[in-house]
Amino acid sequence: MRTMARSQNSIQRGAFFLFLLLLCSFRGECELQESKPSEPNSLPTVKPFHNEINEPQAFPDTERTNLPVFTMDYPRIQVPFEFTLWVLLASFAKIGFHIYHKITIWIPESCLLIAIGLIVGAIMHSVSEEPPAVLSSNVFFLYMLPPIVLDNGYFMPTRPFFENVGTVLWYAVVGTLWNSIGIGLSLFAICQFEVFGIQDINLQENLLFASIISAVDPVAALNVFEDIGINEQIYIVIFGEGLFNDAVTVVLYSMFAFLADLPAVESVDVFLGVARFFVVGVGGVIFGLLFGFVAAFTTRFTHNVRQVEPLFVFMYSYLAYLVAELFAISSVMAIITCAITMKYYVEENVSQRSCTTIRHVVKMLATVSETLIFFFLGVVTITTDHEWNWAYILFTLLFTFIWRGLGILVLTQIVNPFRTIQFSFKDQFGLAYGGLRGAICFALAFTLPDDINRRNLFVTASIAVIIFTVFLQGISIRPIVEYLNIRRTNKDLLNINVEIHTRTMEHVVSGIEDLCGQWSHYYWKDKFKKFNDRVLRRILLRDNRAESSIVSLYKKLELQNAIDILDTPVGDLSAAPSIISLHDEMKEASRPKKKFLAADVGKMHDILSKNMYKIRQKTLAYTNKYNLPNESQNREILIRRHASIRRSLRPESFREMPSQNINRSLRYYSLQPGSDLESAFPLRRRSHGGSEVDRISARFQASGVSPRSSSRSLLHMRRLNTIKESRGTGQQPAASVQPRAPSPEAHISDERDPGGSSVRGRTAPAPAPRRRSSNRTEGDEGTVDPQHPGAGVGSVRPPQLPSPRGWVPENQDPGETETGNPLLRQPSQNGSRGSGRS
Amino acid sequence: MGASQTRSESVYQELMDKTGFSLEQIKNLKKRFLQLSGNEETISRENLDAIPALANNPIRKQIIEAFFDKRNQRSSEVGHLEEIGFEQFVMVMSHFRPPALRTSVEEREVMRKEKLQFLFNMHDTDNDGVITLVEYRKVVEELLSKSGAIGHEAARAIADAAMLEVASTNVPDMAPDDFYEGITFEHFEQILKGLEMESRMHIRFLDVDTSTMRCGKSTS
Repeated sequence: MRTMARSQNSIQRGAFFLFLLLLCSFRGECELQESKPSEPNSLPTVKPFHNEINEPQAFPDTERTNLPVFTMDYPRIQVPFEFTLWVLLASFAKIGFHIYHKITIWIPESCLLIAIGLIVGAIMHSVSEEPPAVLSSNVFFLYMLPPIVLDNGYFMPTRPFFENVGTVLWYAVVGTLWNSIGIGLSLFAICQFEVFGIQDINLQENLLFASIISAVDPVAALNVFEDIGINEQIYIVIFGEGLFNDAVTVVLYSMFAFLADLPAVESVDVFLGVARFFVVGVGGVIFGLLFGFVAAFTTRFTHNVRQVEPLFVFMYSYLAYLVAELFAISSVMAIITCAITMKYYVEENVSQRSCTTIRHVVKMLATVSETLIFFFLGVVTITTDHEWNWAYILFTLLFTFIWRGLGILVLTQIVNPFRTIQFSFKDQFGLAYGGLRGAICFALAFTLPDDINRRNLFVTASIAVIIFTVFLQGISIRPIVEYLNIRRTNKDLLNINVEIHTRTMEHVVSGIEDLCGQWSHYYWKDKFKKFNDRVLRRILLRDNRAESSIVSLYKKLELQNAIDILDTPVGDLSAAPSIISLHDEMKEASRPKKKFLAADVGKMHDILSKNMYKIRQKTLAYTNKYNLPNESQNREILIRRHASIRRSLRPESFREMPSQNINRSLRYYSLQPGSDLESAFPLRRRSHGGSEVDRISARFQASGVSPRSSSRSLLHMRRLNTIKESRGTGQQPAASVQPRAPSPEAHISDERDPGGSSVRGRTAPAPAPRRRSSNRTEGDEGTVDPQHPGAGVGSVRPPQLPSPRGWVPENQDPGETETGNPLLRQPSQNGSRGSGRS
Repeated sequence: MGASQTRSESVYQELMDKTGFSLEQIKNLKKRFLQLSGNEETISRENLDAIPALANNPIRKQIIEAFFDKRNQRSSEVGHLEEIGFEQFVMVMSHFRPPALRTSVEEREVMRKEKLQFLFNMHDTDNDGVITLVEYRKVVEELLSKSGAIGHEAARAIADAAMLEVASTNVPDMAPDDFYEGITFEHFEQILKGLEMESRMHIRFLDVDTSTMRCGKSTS
């Protein structure tokens, strides 16, 4: 009977939540009971609660005797159910903020979350609902914290971090120590005054409390900094500080928590504490490295099971976390190091899609965790018992500000002489002011052991500090930083020139440093890079060819570009099908439209087969139960995009090498650019090789065609022919479909053409100065790049010359073939053609 | 001895005024200079070529060439030198001096411009004020020359794309038949506008002699 009653209570609760969820879906916010995922046996403690909303009793009374037609078993699902509802609620809140996105510009999201939490807490309080019990120490440290830290570690901007690693660690470790000890001691001093009535707080407890509230959690500040594009140094210092002082704080916390239990502290304990500090920190790093490398190594072998790839990232980092926790070393350090270590290698090993998945899931988990924490912060603020002591709380606030400011000031003075870019006072102010308190602080306070004297006071004070800093500083930081005009940089410069010049500068600087005989982090960077290329990549990567950052950026941009083109509305497909449209124009010029001869159809086939060498599937089918669809199309996009870039470059920057100097022979390898690209840029993230492009490029390589063959003579023409033949004889389904489908009209018109056809190359001296200049440039290029005399030619060589390719080299003489392609004409060559072209 | 000491001091003073280095830094550089030149008055390309630490630098040639380029001597001359003395050496080095804590915005701008000019000069090998496609390709090829299996074609493609990017950024409404000759310094500035130079084109010249005291790593 009792169980019956209990389950009825639970059912009532369930109904209550459902009702609230309904409410919330209208109001954008609602409140639901959080459960304890890890403690399902907390159910008996749930107090029966009176249903004040008079929810109609939707459940039937179950009959004992008969088979129940309709039953509810709420306790069975209570934990996951309520957890799900909480997460949903928090996510709804997030949606709500971003409906009107200006809110989040002026008020940080964490403020809004706390505010909503406060409202929810008030409602829950008024209906005397239980506060969420999610923040037991275990739940927080085992489930809520890891996603947040993993996110921070995984998305840490590596380059600025390693450039500033000394400063970051300096602030994180020494700064946190400074804050904890400073605040702890001064609070202890305050406690000595009888007036305040808090003499019973001893030194250890003060230090414990101080270690809690010195954890900086600058999410809000970081958002602001990122928005206004503050300079990289400040950003990374704040970021890194928030990241690593978690580790420091957790260590300090456990240390002081231990010390707080002791009746008296001996000096040995202090030394042991220091030793432990290093063991904990270094141990965390070692475990992180270990698991990071294992994870990277594992993903080396996952190319046949793409569907589970992302899992490894999460499992290994969580494993690192748990194992570190097992040995009571810094789990935060472990998971951060693990994430940083594996990221680079894993992202190269896994497929593009898995990579995206990993990133999204990491972000998603972290967002959920953080949202929940801030949300609960609001709820708990209302629903817990507080002990309010004006003096203690106000002094806490005061000291957090003072010590933070002092700390930054002093530490910066010490670290500045070692920095290339020193922090100005404005920067220092930004650093100090960005020191908000947040989730970690709250969680630590809430997980204080119960036997601590005045626990409630500590919780209250921490919450006060958090709310105060988050609201006051969080809201005011943007106007202040903007007013101060702290040095900013444009962070998101993603173009290839910037990358090239960044790399150039790096090399220049490291070169100059070598010249000066001194070395800085570039030296270590070089050393590491060498080691990485020689050892690590070989072990950890499946495809271990080193790739310059320039090249990878290039590939990324190209893909992005291509996808953008595909994404644009249909009317604006200018870039992709320009070949076809140009070709159409050409035909239009030569004859009335809309009458397709067989030859035209053939040509169209040819064009299509080259531009769409594979018919695209409508969608990627995810129907296969355990496998993901093939994604070799990416590579194709890259190739096509590459071709189109060359095309678009042509009229602008190649006047020095006008098309008349382009070697005839080469112009007909319409796929050659693709194949070059192919061999040069092996796209790593393809799941299955063996596409046609592969074969084609292999064929080209096998037949010894290289850009070299482009030097202009008939000899090469012959070579071309052999290739043609080999191509023709070999089964080349897509590439050379229509070997002899000339369009006679076009030929005739071309032969009639007076201009350069026979004039080109060295067969005939060209009178025009244009010609001479172009020859000169080619000569220049030859000296510049002896290996590839035809390089410029190569890039001009338009891949969009579909029609002549099939037929011209075999039965036409070079001159004719040259003109056979109107797309290549340069308007500068002769006026008539230019006009015809446009 | 004393006289020579004061004489060199005054020479140093002059250099300090010109370059903004401190006396210690100048002395350090002098020591290094003598070490590189084998106690000669001047340094030649071969001296610099022989530095083992530079061997792995993909753009070693350009860096060395920059020292012999008169354009980097803060004078209006052009052309190339065969040998450089200490003064020229320091002048080139001074391009990499980090800004002091209190430099005004304008001064920073000037410094930035100087640094950009240095880079630009490095790319603009024929000194016609324009980085042509050929020159740019060369740059990219050199940059990529140490990074393994990247072919020249790839480097070329990248240079082409970069060139196109510059062209389309700077001359957005270029007629299809227009010809983009190359990157002028203005365009160069424009394309690198948002790039933070502060953290990239600076060297912390040490005040202490590092050849004996190897502790220059740490922070920054």
